[in-house]
Order: sequence, then C-alpha cells, then structure tokens
Amino acid sequence: MAEEQHFTIRPACAADIEPIIRLDAAVTTTPKPAYWEALFKDCQSRRKQHFLLVAVKDDVLLGFIAGEIRAWEFGSPPCGWVFAIAVDPNTRLSGMGADLFQAICDAFRRAGITKVRTMVARDAQLVMSFFRAQGMMAGPFVELEKDLDE
Amino acid sequence: MRLQVATRHAIFSVLELAAQPHRQMSAVDIAEKYAISPNHLAKVLRTLGREGIVDASRGVGGGYRFVGNPKRLTLFDIIAIFEPIGPTTGGFEAGDDTSEGQALRLVMNEIEDTARATLSSITIDTMLKIARRSKGASIETVIRKAAGQ
Repeated sequence: MAEEQHFTIRPACAADIEPIIRLDAAVTTTPKPAYWEALFKDCQSRRKQHFLLVAVKDDVLLGFIAGEIRAWEFGSPPCGWVFAIAVDPNTRLSGMGADLFQAICDAFRRAGITKVRTMVARDAQLVMSFFRAQGMMAGPFVELEKDLDE
Repeated sequence: MRLQVATRHAIFSVLELAAQPHRQMSAVDIAEKYAISPNHLAKVLRTLGREGIVDASRGVGGGYRFVGNPKRLTLFDIIAIFEPIGPTTGGFEAGDDTSEGQALRLVMNEIEDTARATLSSITIDTMLKIARRSKGASIETVIRKAAGQ
C-alpha cells in the first residue's frame, strides 16, 4: 500500500494538459491529445458546467478527474457526469482518487446539482469497484447499443 | 436473483466478522443476529476457513475472525464458493439449436453478465458502507430502492 500522500487538488491550467495527456495515455494505452485539448478549452469557456480538476504533489501532476453538468439528456433533470478519472499507478491506494471524486462532487453541489452519474465498462472491475466504494449504485438508465453495419 | 441459503449465511458471516476484524465471534453470536441455524452456519464458516477468508481458533474465547482483505474480496468471490454463477455455459438444453433458443440464450447471458459485473465490483468494504447507510431504513424502503423506485 502506498504511503499517505499530501497533495493539492485544483482546477487544471494550460500547463497541466501535457501531463494529463501523458497520464491518460499511460493508464488507458490510447493517447488522445486532441480530445484533452478540446476538453480543456470547454472547461475554460464554460467554467460552471465543465470541470477538469488535477491532483498535484511537489508540482507533479499525479491524477485528474473530468466531468460536466448535463441537463435533460434522456429526460434527466440536470446532473453531474464524471467521464474520466486517472491516478498515477504508483500513487494508487493513497486516497487521491477518492479526494478527486469528492472535489468534483463538491463542484457539482456548488452548482446546485444533487446527483452524480458515470458510466463504466462492465469488465472494468477496478474502476467499477472504485466508484462503488464512493457510494455509487446502479442508476435508473440502461445503456444500449447496436452495430450499425448489421 | 435469489441466493442459496448457504451463500446468504456466508455473506452475513463475512460482513459480521469484517465489521470488527480484531474480534473473535462464535457461530452462535452470528446465528442469533441473523436468526439462522448455528449448525448450518458452522458448516459455512468451516468452508470460509478452508478458503482463507476466516480463521478459527478453538477453546475459551475462541471463535472466528475475518482474515481476508475487505477492499479486495468481492461478493462474487464469496458467492462463487457456494454456488455456480456466470454466463449460461451449462450443458445443452432443449431448443438451444434453434434461432429462438439462441436468442433466448443471448438475452439471458446479457442479464447474467450484468449480475456478474455488479457482484464483482462490490467489495466487502463497500457492502459494509452500504449496510451503514441502510441502518434504520424500513424493509419497504430497502425493497423500493432495490427496485429503483
């Protein structure tokens, strides 16, 4: 188990994008720089709806979480969505992921939101267990999909 | 989805022992709380002992103690010890060789995949948190919540 870490959580700034891209690529094995750059721009232009928070220790970015407030999609009243979270593998089990999650929930609360949602691949047991440990349960929606070449 | 009696006993025992990992508890203590047979529970606890989830000590002050990792041990791990669980991979059933049988199997597998993912993602630590949140709630409230109402 990693030692107790002392880190700061704050909104991402432009200098964080490169380390976010690197950390995401390391964790997901799929580099997507254009996606993160666009997401950062969205966060800058819609600060009350889009959130990209980072966890930093000694000026080194070790984790981030991204989410936004969506309203009336699929008939749902406004709610917070978490669509990405990553913590440096060497920093896991330090509570950083839980603190990032709490920080984005606090941001949603400040915006008047009372519900947070996410979507996780069924076989992503580690990520699913993490969100379960934060108190998340199955919601009232079921994700459906279809191959378009059928 | 209904769990077999032994599986429910095992889950209750693990939760009870994991809630106070430094305390030894007897099968009778656990059986009393859940209104279940101590003899049946003793068999379940022996199985959990063989799996390295609980540790038994004999004699005065003896009993069972949780020795697993509550942040890693999942409901799926416990259930799988006591009953088969997973996609419908069992033997051939009448109608399986028809397109209707294959369609039915596809849908049943979807349900079982979801159940497996849910059970695999809920650790004992998370179950204890859910139990603490449920404390004081009426059974009607719990059933309504479970049904998504």
